[in-house]
Amino acid sequence: MKKTEKWIKECHTLARKSRRLCLQMTHRGKSGHVGSMLSMAEIMAVLYKRILRVSPQQPRWPGRDRFILSKGHGGGCVYAVLSELGFFPKKWLMGYYRDCGKLMGHISHHVPGVEFSTGSLGHGLPVALGMALAARRTGKKHRIFCLMSDGDCDEGSTWEAILMAGQHKLDNLIGMVDYNRVQALGFVKDVIELEPFAAKLRACGWAVKEVNGHDVRALDSVLQKVPFEKGKPSWLICRTTKGKGVSFMENTVACHYGAVNDQQLKQALEELGEK
Amino acid sequence: MRSIFNKVLLDIAKKDKRIYMVLADIGYGEIEPFRDAFPERFFNCGVAEQNMTGVACGIAMEGNIAITYSIANFPTLRCLEQIRNDVCYHNANVKIIIIGGGLAYGPLGISHQATEDIAILRALPNMVVFCPCDFAEAEAGVQAMIKYNGPFYYRCGYKKEPAVHKGKINFKLGRAIQAGEGSDATIIFCGTIGNQVMPAVEKLAGDGIKCRVLSMHTVKPIDNEAIIKAARETGAIITVEEHQVNGGLGSAVAEVLCDAGVSPERFKRFALPDEYICKVGTHEWLLDQYDLSTRKLAPAIKKIMT
Repeated sequence: MKKTEKWIKECHTLARKSRRLCLQMTHRGKSGHVGSMLSMAEIMAVLYKRILRVSPQQPRWPGRDRFILSKGHGGGCVYAVLSELGFFPKKWLMGYYRDCGKLMGHISHHVPGVEFSTGSLGHGLPVALGMALAARRTGKKHRIFCLMSDGDCDEGSTWEAILMAGQHKLDNLIGMVDYNRVQALGFVKDVIELEPFAAKLRACGWAVKEVNGHDVRALDSVLQKVPFEKGKPSWLICRTTKGKGVSFMENTVACHYGAVNDQQLKQALEELGEK
Repeated sequence: MRSIFNKVLLDIAKKDKRIYMVLADIGYGEIEPFRDAFPERFFNCGVAEQNMTGVACGIAMEGNIAITYSIANFPTLRCLEQIRNDVCYHNANVKIIIIGGGLAYGPLGISHQATEDIAILRALPNMVVFCPCDFAEAEAGVQAMIKYNGPFYYRCGYKKEPAVHKGKINFKLGRAIQAGEGSDATIIFCGTIGNQVMPAVEKLAGDGIKCRVLSMHTVKPIDNEAIIKAARETGAIITVEEHQVNGGLGSAVAEVLCDAGVSPERFKRFALPDEYICKVGTHEWLLDQYDLSTRKLAPAIKKIMT
């Protein structure tokens, strides 16, 4: 197998495994947000397999790239990927959202490999911005990635950080959006339309690119190019489908909160295919 | 007091390169020396307190000490969730400075009056709540704040507050400073309201009521030992604070006493009422209107003691 094909296959496998795990975790924990986890699986796979300089053996290695998940409700997907990469034992996953478990419903820095806890939207980008300012001032070379949701981009605090990052021309900061166009109570177009999204970000001094957020080759190709422009923070709009990979969830509002029942789990796992 | 704060911070920042100032476009006439001396460690986030607090947290997470600084409620209530979820939950080394606790900005109105801050911030795990009463406490407090590794709330005075303590103080974070000795009652205060309390104590002494006085500069962690000792030895506890009656110093003192099963014969909280301050006037005038001036405190305390 060619080297290129190998990593692509690995990313696909990791994304599929993560989806399966997220469904199993949320089913067992009787928790929601699985649709948000499914939409970010390829983004996570490419980031952790190809882009982020991180070490499962040394989660707090000072030279690591920082990754902040601002859409903390999607933390299950990060947990799945981190466990697959060996940051913590896989058996922890089945305690997700359960009594005496180690993994709470929103992402927590008490878990090895997790940089920062979130859960309330609009918190990730300002903190990432602070980390980027500190890194630049001390001449450190690591990058700071922040993955947000559509809902994150309703928050005023996110836009406060967008304005300031542009002002400071922070090209070590990468804002990414899992742009599945569905939020808690409805479709983005019916709640708070973000379009023209790229133009808004460009007007704030960011270098913006868009990508199919389920295409691992395209994600890798674009993320290898950060910063997109020297002297500008990079913003990547990852066009995704909420509930991706499970027919009865795809592009539905209901999959934001709903947990899957036994029958739905069975069907979803069948659709996703082999382990 | 804010000038003392900024001067001491500047001196420390000359030696400690971990110190950053992260502002939200407030501090005119005070912060310029820091900005000019350390432009690379100074960030004005614009009028954006939530981002200011998040940025400060991010800077602190990288091994630094980040100072946020603004008027009254702007760096606290406006961005309370950032303080709770980002700063306190991560135990980040962020110091939150407000200028003008209580009614210091008097005629500017309730938006500029920090009257619930102590109650709210002391409810946050990992947070230290510090309210200096005069320059001596303010200066010692800056040093202690920088030495302390974790979230710290510093309620700084706004003006040239006169000294409460006579001579050098024996300062330790979390330990009350005794500012007067007597055995009839103990008056416990925090912050610049001490300037109203001390002359009232003198008046009371003239009337034969001798009070122990404790400056409880650290409201959290509070000095349990000094409170319990005072209740046992003097039998009366009176708290005075420039803050809402609910949840502030008086509440904290009452909690200590109740938890310890110590019941002083007399207990009284002097504080602002459970209402918004809609009277218009200077700081001093408002304190008098709300019975926290020397003129009002002395007879009110005397009444309790007789």
